[in-house]
Amino acid sequence: MSEVVVVDYGAGNTRSVCAALGHLGRPSIVTSEPARIRDAAFVVLPGVGSARSAMEHLTQTGAAAALRERFGNGAPILGICLGMQLAMVRSEEDGGVEGLALLEGDVVRLHEARVPRLGWSVVEPWGEAYYFAHSFAVRSPDATASVDGVTVAVRRDEFLGVQFHPEKSGPAGLDFLDQCLSLA
Amino acid sequence: MPLPRLIPCLDVAGGRVVKGVSFVGLRDVGDPVELAQYYSDGGADELVFLDITATPEDASTITSLVAQVADVLAIPFTVGGGVRSVEDAKRIIESGADRVSINSAALADPSLITAIASRFGSQAVVVAIDAGDGVVHTHGGRVATTTETVPWAREAAERGAGEILLTSIQQDGRRSGYDLVLTAQVRDAVSIPVIASGGAGSARHVAEALRVADAALVASIVHEDPAGLAGLRKEIEELGIPLRPLKERYA
Repeated sequence: MSEVVVVDYGAGNTRSVCAALGHLGRPSIVTSEPARIRDAAFVVLPGVGSARSAMEHLTQTGAAAALRERFGNGAPILGICLGMQLAMVRSEEDGGVEGLALLEGDVVRLHEARVPRLGWSVVEPWGEAYYFAHSFAVRSPDATASVDGVTVAVRRDEFLGVQFHPEKSGPAGLDFLDQCLSLA
Repeated sequence: MPLPRLIPCLDVAGGRVVKGVSFVGLRDVGDPVELAQYYSDGGADELVFLDITATPEDASTITSLVAQVADVLAIPFTVGGGVRSVEDAKRIIESGADRVSINSAALADPSLITAIASRFGSQAVVVAIDAGDGVVHTHGGRVATTTETVPWAREAAERGAGEILLTSIQQDGRRSGYDLVLTAQVRDAVSIPVIASGGAGSARHVAEALRVADAALVASIVHEDPAGLAGLRKEIEELGIPLRPLKERYA
């Protein structure tokens, strides 16, 4: 079973994620079907759109339960941007949204001079620059990387979440995705 | 703060790149997909595609172009021109663009900014402002309105824009440097990022713009010598502006 699934939650840009996976020789399918999410070799939870409509869609389709089951089974999931934020317990976005609660932590609005944060930043301690486009950020005890003190990556068991968009981060992003896939 | 961004802008019509590009080293001189890939490899941080004809009949052409670009490009890109409704924005974003740029449609109906932002997030909405003599212009900069530039930028930000693309119509095409005063005024008035546009003739001009703005749009300076983008980046960095460290193309 080597299937790579990109979770569809009715909004956003899954096309670029699939294109990046394709560059790496890993064709993917876009679906919200619970069984395929549960049984795939690797799952990407992508990130564009709003937290509330994403969670509603994931819940209605049964994808949310499948993601929790998958996480419990120790099968790998990569959350990108909103996809990472959805894995937290709750988010401030849209007046407050309950997340998948795979990881401890919450999602809060960025408080800095210019929001949204748009552009490339070097992620510490990894030392590579990746592309960011976000107005909210996670706070979690599972933080593994940061930019200017803001958490930009979390890891617990086989869930890895990143705030940046590896599919939009040029060669560095493709390398990152390739490393993630090599763990599957 | 994210690193300052260098953003080549490609004018397209009927799905082809239409002006000002010197095509040394390109197999198909008008192919936006190939040029986009070329700039991406050369170190562009992001790209803007501006559909300068943008007639309703063009809708399917631009959508198909966006999809083709999204399939090859691994950096973010914005599409502007002809975005007049949430449906237009949806079509372009679902085809693979990261952001849409809206200009006269936002002036005519400012609620469009909020409508697109609440559907796709503020980061997906760029409000383009063509400014001259203190007021906003339409029709590619030819028609002056009575809307003042700085208050309009502020309103756009308040309504949910994620970025302002500010073009000085006086400086555009003159290659004598960006309008730094106007750029700084607009950036001071808002708490979203601002892209400076219009007037780049040298690395020094771009470096000056990046001291007062979050990003700089470049057109003829790179189109005349697409292979020179890497050199331009190096010059800008030598003038003290940190750009993102480039990684070798993924093999």
